Amino acid sequence: METVEQIKVRLEAAVPGLEVEVIPNPNSAEQPSLRMGLTHILAAARFLRDDPSLRFDYASNVTGVDWLDQTFQERQRQRVLVDGAEREVEITVQRIRPGYLEAIYHLYSMELGHGPLVIRQRTANRTDQCRLVSLTPIWRGAEFQEREIYDLYGVVFEGHPDLRRILMWEGFQDFPMRKDYVEPDDYEYEPTPHDLVLEKARLHYGHGGRS
Amino acid sequence: MDEGLKSELGRQGIFVLRLEDLYNWGRKNSLWPLNFGLACCAIEMIAASMARYDIARFGAEVFRPSPRQADLMIVAGTVTKKMAPQVVRLYNQMPSPKYVIAMGACAISGGPFKNGYNVLKGIDRYLPVDVHIPGCPPRPEALLHALITLQEKIAGERLLGDSAARREGPSGGQYPVPSYGAHDLVPPCNRELWNPPAIQRDE
Amino acid sequence: MNAEVNITSTRPQLPPGTVMSYHLQRQSAAGGDAESDLLEISMGPHHPSTHGVFRMDVVLDGERVVRLKPVFGYLHRNHEKLAEGMTYLSSMPFTDRLDYFCSMTNNWAYALAVERLAGLRPTERAEYIRVIVAELTRLLNHACLIGFLTHDMGTMGTPLMYAFREREKILDLFEELSGARMMCNYMRFGGVRVDLTPGWVAKAQKLVAEFPRFLDEFEKLLTTNEILLARSQGVGILPRTLAVNASVTGPMLRASGVNYDVRKVDRYGIYDRFDFRVPLGDHGDVYDRLMIRFLEMRESLKILHQALRDLPGGPVMDPKAKLRSFRPRPGEVYGRIEAPKGELGFYLIGDGSPNPYRYRVRPPSLVNLTVLEDMCLGHTVADVVIILGSVDIVLGEVDR
Repeated sequence: METVEQIKVRLEAAVPGLEVEVIPNPNSAEQPSLRMGLTHILAAARFLRDDPSLRFDYASNVTGVDWLDQTFQERQRQRVLVDGAEREVEITVQRIRPGYLEAIYHLYSMELGHGPLVIRQRTANRTDQCRLVSLTPIWRGAEFQEREIYDLYGVVFEGHPDLRRILMWEGFQDFPMRKDYVEPDDYEYEPTPHDLVLEKARLHYGHGGRS
Repeated sequence: MDEGLKSELGRQGIFVLRLEDLYNWGRKNSLWPLNFGLACCAIEMIAASMARYDIARFGAEVFRPSPRQADLMIVAGTVTKKMAPQVVRLYNQMPSPKYVIAMGACAISGGPFKNGYNVLKGIDRYLPVDVHIPGCPPRPEALLHALITLQEKIAGERLLGDSAARREGPSGGQYPVPSYGAHDLVPPCNRELWNPPAIQRDE
Repeated sequence: MNAEVNITSTRPQLPPGTVMSYHLQRQSAAGGDAESDLLEISMGPHHPSTHGVFRMDVVLDGERVVRLKPVFGYLHRNHEKLAEGMTYLSSMPFTDRLDYFCSMTNNWAYALAVERLAGLRPTERAEYIRVIVAELTRLLNHACLIGFLTHDMGTMGTPLMYAFREREKILDLFEELSGARMMCNYMRFGGVRVDLTPGWVAKAQKLVAEFPRFLDEFEKLLTTNEILLARSQGVGILPRTLAVNASVTGPMLRASGVNYDVRKVDRYGIYDRFDFRVPLGDHGDVYDRLMIRFLEMRESLKILHQALRDLPGGPVMDPKAKLRSFRPRPGEVYGRIEAPKGELGFYLIGDGSPNPYRYRVRPPSLVNLTVLEDMCLGHTVADVVIILGSVDIVLGEVDR
């Protein structure tokens, strides 16, 4: 199989206007992944499936991941006026990288026997623009797994033939796998509570132990 | 009744026993379980009905798929909030007198999956349970022990009096079915059935 | 339902004997007028044939299936969310409960993924033990599946009794090895938890020597039975291209003729040292899926024979692997094995902390269900039961 960088070059040649970026994997023994922009990802996926030397016809795994807003603290050197003279001072700057949701696809080739190739697509943010492009028209096996990402993360897949909740019931309102999901307070009786459970139980002890 | 008279009559081929005992003997030795397995404990339940740990020896051989024909419900496995209304509905469809065995840690109190948004922390939040079997999963022998315990419990039931009221219950054996809410089941538990004791801790 | 039936229906009439295309059936189902005689039923979640709490919304035209939608989530125990709050090792007992029939292979898939994340290598003896217990699990799973499938076809439990008899023998071995019958929790990162007890290898070899006799008896009783042949041949055909495109894996894929076995493709563990073949099917119907399992059991016996013969000595745990305060280096990894039901994969994102950031299970049963509707269209309700049985699902895995 070609390396991820070579595949990126061929993708850019085959699908003009595609936004593709190599995301390195901190684990050096594993391979990096390709992040693709939403506008042309469907054409890129079709190329990956149909190109004779790649033939990625098997989408093994479709995963959703939730990344929260992250604050980075960077130290920068800046020239400021101190007592009338210019000096270089180190200051810390806070940079916030907005959170996003992403879907990660692991592709293998059953015909040629190689793989995996990891591709990703990311939403713009976690709040109001949670839309991704569904790759179910290319790989039918992604159907149920994309529905699960919709159910548990709240990502809407455009082009999915049947997007509805799959694991939770129809009237459920939350997206449970998100990192900021809070469970309903389901008072669990515990004879010797401690730590978190004790704190939750104390709220109920006030009414004589009944919630 | 005098034991001597009883044994004397017995030697003549006349057996004397109370109607209660006869009724309970018939019921306890032919409990028909509902074919109701939810998760991993269901496999141990099936293994208990197979050749090695034969549950047919104790009369519970005929696993009925329909609740209308069963009188014992072995809740084997995790009850999730999505499944809970169905469990209560099935219990309501069973004819009285009916019994519930909560098999496995998940049916008793949520088990290893207790911190879950979809896991019901014990089926006794909605249904009255007669025997609890701890274990994850409990061995088939534990299920057989629970069955024998239930049989002893049935043997002690009276035809009239308090025990009779237990069989029908104030609601006639029907319990309200929870419905799906926006975040949780509505209601989260049945207040008449489930009242955990309060433990006051001096902090 | 109307009390009086209108005999002259206003639906489009096709000449008798025409095979209705799927598209036409969808249209008439979506029409929804009062004179349509389509029946919508819900099979499950409590149903003796659904192998767990699984529901199918089936739309029927008489006895023929027009549309089928699987509904699950009745056993969703949020395993993935729990794992984000626990350390890597604490998730190991929870992997037992995914595919609760085959706990050893679930453990191996997870241990494989974490070992790749952390850069650990299991010892030689541990690799052989892993192969031995995994193939024993495959024997157990396939035998019980044949029992369940024939039970659905109407044998009322007799082959199931035979299969469970063999399962009990294998569970005796597992209990002696790991202390538990079903939830073994046996693999660790870098090896296995404890070494084999003395005499275990002899018992295993005895079981492997006696198993072909059970298989011969099973095969002779079942595979030429005319009821089984009539009910399973030509039923639930899955074409090759659809199987590949729908990410179907495992015996279901190989019954459709695609040669893809993760043991041969990835050569994980030490599978490249063993000589075994991969059986393939021609037609992709229920009969092929049944026969594939018989053949795979024979191949597993070959692997077991070789592994038990070549088992080396040595430690069963990597001495350099530390389990307390286990913090693998950050990164992402996808580790997969050939579980008895298909390809079981674990996708882990680690960020250097003791807990995984994202823990994902790729369940074979869930992805194999994608094609359930396609296989069942045009068949009767009784066939739906058998086709579902041949897909081999376990709800603990589908819902996690």
